[in-house]
Amino acid sequence: MTHQILLAGFGGQGILFSGKFLAYDGLIEDRQVSWLPSYGPEMRGGTCNCSVILSDTQIGSPIVSNPDILIAMNLPSLDKFENEAVPGAKIFVDSSLIDRKVNREDVEAYYIPATKMASDEGLSGLANMIMIGYMIKKAGVMPYENVEKVMAKVVPAKKQDKLALNIKAVELGYNFD
Amino acid sequence: MADKVLMKGNEALAEAAIMAGCRHYFGYPITPQTEIAAYMAKRMPLIGGTFLQAESEIAAINMVYGAAAAGKRAMTSSSSPGIALKSEGISYLAGSDLPALIINVQRGGPGLGGIQPSQSDYFQATKSAGHGDFHLIVLAPASVQEMVDLTFKGFDLADKYRMPTMLLSDGTMGQMMEPVSLDMGEVKEYDKSSWAACGTKCEREHNVVNSLFIQPDELEKYNFERFERYAQIEANEVMYDEYRMEDAEICIVAYGVAARVSQNAIDKARENGIKVGMIRPITLWPFPKAVLNAAADKVKAFVSVELSMGQMIEDIELAIRCKKPVLLCNRTGGMIPTTGDVLSKIEEANKIGGDK
Amino acid sequence: MVVFEKPKALADVPLHYCPGCTHGIIHRLVAEVIDELGIEGRTIGIAPVGCSVFAYNYFNCDMIEAAHGRAPAVATGVKRSDPENNVVFTYQGDGDLAAIGTAETVHAAARGENITVIFVNNAIYGMTGGQMAPTTLPGQVTQTSPYGRDTSKVGFPVKVCEMLSNVDGATYLERVAVNNVKNVKNAKKAIKKAFQNQLDGKGFSLIEVVSTCPTNWGLTPEKALEWLEDNMLPYYPLGVYKDKFAEKEDK
Repeated sequence: MTHQILLAGFGGQGILFSGKFLAYDGLIEDRQVSWLPSYGPEMRGGTCNCSVILSDTQIGSPIVSNPDILIAMNLPSLDKFENEAVPGAKIFVDSSLIDRKVNREDVEAYYIPATKMASDEGLSGLANMIMIGYMIKKAGVMPYENVEKVMAKVVPAKKQDKLALNIKAVELGYNFD
Repeated sequence: MADKVLMKGNEALAEAAIMAGCRHYFGYPITPQTEIAAYMAKRMPLIGGTFLQAESEIAAINMVYGAAAAGKRAMTSSSSPGIALKSEGISYLAGSDLPALIINVQRGGPGLGGIQPSQSDYFQATKSAGHGDFHLIVLAPASVQEMVDLTFKGFDLADKYRMPTMLLSDGTMGQMMEPVSLDMGEVKEYDKSSWAACGTKCEREHNVVNSLFIQPDELEKYNFERFERYAQIEANEVMYDEYRMEDAEICIVAYGVAARVSQNAIDKARENGIKVGMIRPITLWPFPKAVLNAAADKVKAFVSVELSMGQMIEDIELAIRCKKPVLLCNRTGGMIPTTGDVLSKIEEANKIGGDK
Repeated sequence: MVVFEKPKALADVPLHYCPGCTHGIIHRLVAEVIDELGIEGRTIGIAPVGCSVFAYNYFNCDMIEAAHGRAPAVATGVKRSDPENNVVFTYQGDGDLAAIGTAETVHAAARGENITVIFVNNAIYGMTGGQMAPTTLPGQVTQTSPYGRDTSKVGFPVKVCEMLSNVDGATYLERVAVNNVKNVKNAKKAIKKAFQNQLDGKGFSLIEVVSTCPTNWGLTPEKALEWLEDNMLPYYPLGVYKDKFAEKEDK
């Protein structure tokens, strides 16, 4: 089983961090993992994306050009990557920031107002993890019971006060609708 | 088995260097390898090592030259334009028979070029890393684990043969994270007392570290000796990896990220019934000539997959004595060939000599 | 009774320098200082590219030949390899230190690198046969300034001690000459202090030695000494340009 995941949005939305979260799950489950960020000037305020591959067999290219899971957290990302997704892909859209629907009919589209939910619940800056929670529910990339364990690994020691908030955000996304 | 950790290629490489006993890092910031310097800046002071941000790449490589001359494991890292600046010092390291590790996390060129991954410094690394008759050992990692293993190995080879070694990587390998084991075993120590300039303690004749030989016959003698050592390296240190070559009729040759992409294309082509495999050079110098030449008697064509306008392809053609056609599948300027690009080149190669 | 001996730190080999060249004196002063401080066994010298390129053959301590201009960077690498024990000096000419190696010089000083720099300024490129140096005087004729150095076209000489005196990291800067006995004695005192500073961990010391090049100046050794006195010293006044610790002691 291989998941080719592409996470995309603005710099500052925690795209790379949410990718790291998935990668760490792969690590503790002893799966093959690769995590590759876009790098360079676009990280500083422009668009930002991150390829994550989780697989039970050896990973070839770490570059996800045709995702089977796409998380889009802004319109340019959806515009850019919607047509690249494989047929049958699951596309997750932050509907509080993207006001259009997914055009393709051969993919499964999921909408969640993650950024609005985050600010309503006092979890500002954690829309990324709400997206992840929802994605786990719908795509089953990782077992939900791993969330706390993985989060403890991926949240840096200096920021352990953020641990509970991150877990709450995943939970919120997981329990959406 | 030691626990694996998830690390960026650049950081894993830096940690591997420390584990290999390197306590002297000199560098200058340049994308996409700055994580190496940042990691060293954090770690070195905690373990009694030296991290120094030099005023230029030229100064950095000469600081490496100084520390290496004093008998220490020393390294520098940079990316393509910075490596060009270091070429003077690299030639002096080679000419003075000094071990050191030089990291090139390649980006697109020429000139200031770009900052995205590239393999367009292949010629520079393998043929002409500086003026004069010399070689570097050139290692090409294709995973974060190999960034670690080849850094460790690179220091060992440098000491073993008293010469600079280059790790030729690219932005993808530097920036990506993969699970990696840092369990690398013992560091082998080499006796450097016969040549290192670390003080005579008034117990021996002075050691002189030098690459100047004004008498041409003397300089020639040193060059001959160095090339005898190179011949040993070519005989003993070639590394490569084979992927699905057992019954292959087409042989892809690719290193680094190009090999990773090619692997996907090979799997896809095999699903379509095309017998294709890959020989992935891990040492670019010494180049795995013998295995390629042997493969040339079995396959009908080769495909060189590169992030350049076609540089390694020349070594493939030489290695196989042009016995079989070599097709080029390439992107440049920071672009990476896609699985689809490689697949269509495989299909093109498969038409050579008529479909079976 | 022995009245005159070669310093131990100086190798017993013929020097290749031209008749009347002052490199020999400066080598001897450095070697005497190494002897007197008893540091030969832990001293590492860095030779430049220029007339003193073969200096690695002339000193008995461990020696390293550097690329042109890079001696301060090489010295930095050596010093940092064992800062508690190593004593590291560079021996550089004007082209090496003040043209191609300006960046390495200035930044070694700025870092306060704990090394000793012996800078031989003879206002010309000697080894390549007498071309214009960064320290060639205005109007001075050389192979590449055959009509005299025209400052309106090629600018002015670099005054190294003056320039570095504005660098906070520099500890001790003194300009000396070796054209007469008094000056030679002063030069030795300065060189010794520059090494002692390093032993005391005080940081970057540079001694500029105003020197002659009879061959490329086209003068006899004797006339060259006069020319130095009449032309070089007015442009490059001798003296201490910076002594960080003396300033502190004064205060």
